[in-house]
Amino acid sequence: MTDAMEYKLQASSLNLYYGRFHALKNINIGIRPRSITAIIGPSGCGKSTLLRCFNRLNDIIKSARVTGRILLDGADIFNSGIGLTQLRRRVGMVFQRPNPFPLSIFDNLAYGPRVHGMRDREELEMIVENSLRATMLWDDLKDRLNAPALSLSPEQQQRLCISRLVAVEPEVLLMDEPCSALDPFATAHIEDLMRKLAEQYTIVIVTHNMQQAARVSTETAFMLLGELVEFGDTTQIFQNPRQKKTEEYVSGRYG
Amino acid sequence: MKLAPTAPLPPVPASERRNAARRIRLMPSPTVTERIVVALLWAMAAITIAVLVFIIGYILLHGLPHVTWSFLTESPRRMGREGGVLPMIVGTVLVTGLAVLIAAPIGVATAVYLTEYTAEGRLTAVIRFGADCLAGIPSIVFGLFGFVFFAITLGLGLSILSGALTLALMVLPTIIRTSEEAIRAVPYAYREASFGLGSTRWQTTLYVVLRSALPGISTGVVLSVGRSISETAAVMLTAGSALGLPDSLFDSSRTLALHFYYLAQENISEANAYATAAVLVMAILAINLFAYWLMRRFIARGGHHA
Repeated sequence: MTDAMEYKLQASSLNLYYGRFHALKNINIGIRPRSITAIIGPSGCGKSTLLRCFNRLNDIIKSARVTGRILLDGADIFNSGIGLTQLRRRVGMVFQRPNPFPLSIFDNLAYGPRVHGMRDREELEMIVENSLRATMLWDDLKDRLNAPALSLSPEQQQRLCISRLVAVEPEVLLMDEPCSALDPFATAHIEDLMRKLAEQYTIVIVTHNMQQAARVSTETAFMLLGELVEFGDTTQIFQNPRQKKTEEYVSGRYG
Repeated sequence: MKLAPTAPLPPVPASERRNAARRIRLMPSPTVTERIVVALLWAMAAITIAVLVFIIGYILLHGLPHVTWSFLTESPRRMGREGGVLPMIVGTVLVTGLAVLIAAPIGVATAVYLTEYTAEGRLTAVIRFGADCLAGIPSIVFGLFGFVFFAITLGLGLSILSGALTLALMVLPTIIRTSEEAIRAVPYAYREASFGLGSTRWQTTLYVVLRSALPGISTGVVLSVGRSISETAAVMLTAGSALGLPDSLFDSSRTLALHFYYLAQENISEANAYATAAVLVMAILAINLFAYWLMRRFIARGGHHA
């Protein structure tokens, strides 16, 4: 197991089918702990689908079928003792569009701890403060925790969604194009935040934006038509790709 | 009509010229059309409002002078020629309240099952078809069914309970369908966010889906309250028409709408009939205002984009 332990998440021979459609083809990839791994590729290449395998969010889709293995800290997430709710608590997800609940800021942040059984008001207040501090929202929002979360700006909403994850103390943060609904300034702020969060969390980000992958990630995976074409150090992928397809994509010839 | 003389070239066929002329005569310019449409739509809306105001105004005008404190707090005497409508108010509140209390949990639970807990298939189609058929059945048929099943077979007699159970069946489809629509309108992203934080399906349904759907669901419930309050045929056959104050849910009781029917139909007292109608109208207005107020408060708290 020594090999497995150097990865936080490891997929091996992973295949996924939506009905007859073969969406992920024999994916093998290892995600290193406390780093940022980017998954890039054109629309429909399966990058979001792969991301959603890591917390089994594809399970909601009835027609989806998975073969192969994904190990989280060496334990298979499909057949080990890790329950689905426990898995999703450890492997959280940030979505493309900020999706705070139509509740107050406080209730958004307390939602996760509450569904996991936390009732103590003082402890909840502490969790809310800490998770807002983690995304640098505390100073802006501490005086209006009862305001509706949907009244915040898109950037603040996305930060709030990240805080909401931090509140359940995850180990991995999956980010599915977290900046695609944000303007360039907000994008830069979220990227700074990701770098800071990577000191503590393992981050996997799916992005359409190649510059973003180049800016924030240490390793990059390039996917095409459900296959993992190339995976390696970000600088190597962008400056010295081994595969012709990768070279064509990162130089902007298609996608 | 005489056409202007045509230029020698190019020759335009006569039929074509006639068509063009007709087109010009019949089709006003888009800006004019726009103005006509706006005026028409405005007129239609005005008619709707006018009818509403006229009916409510007419009833209140004739009824309100007779709605006194004693009318609201006394029992009727001489079949309703004198006295008040207190037992009918009590009966209406009990029958309607009980009906909605029975129907709302069943209806909302059915809607949750249809939307959150099962895939679309034969079963959901059958349930939905059943609900739609139920919605189209005339209330007198519900009344007959309630009389035969609740009053006689189950031995509940002509009672508040029989009436409430019958009305519950009658409003069930409305509650199911409006709740279903409201639940479907909840963005999928909320569910994903909730699942993504490790909550179970039930937690997601309860804390996110139903919470967000609450304004829509309460609309359905308010509609049902309105339908129950104004129902006559079904309650006549199941709750009966006793004039006294009920002692228990197993007693017969006359609702306001039914009382109004008897007063008007049997020519007992026009003044009291109008007064009863005024009380009914005001009760429905009050319920709707209360529901709006509740919804606004809820929306303001949750930060819903209304």
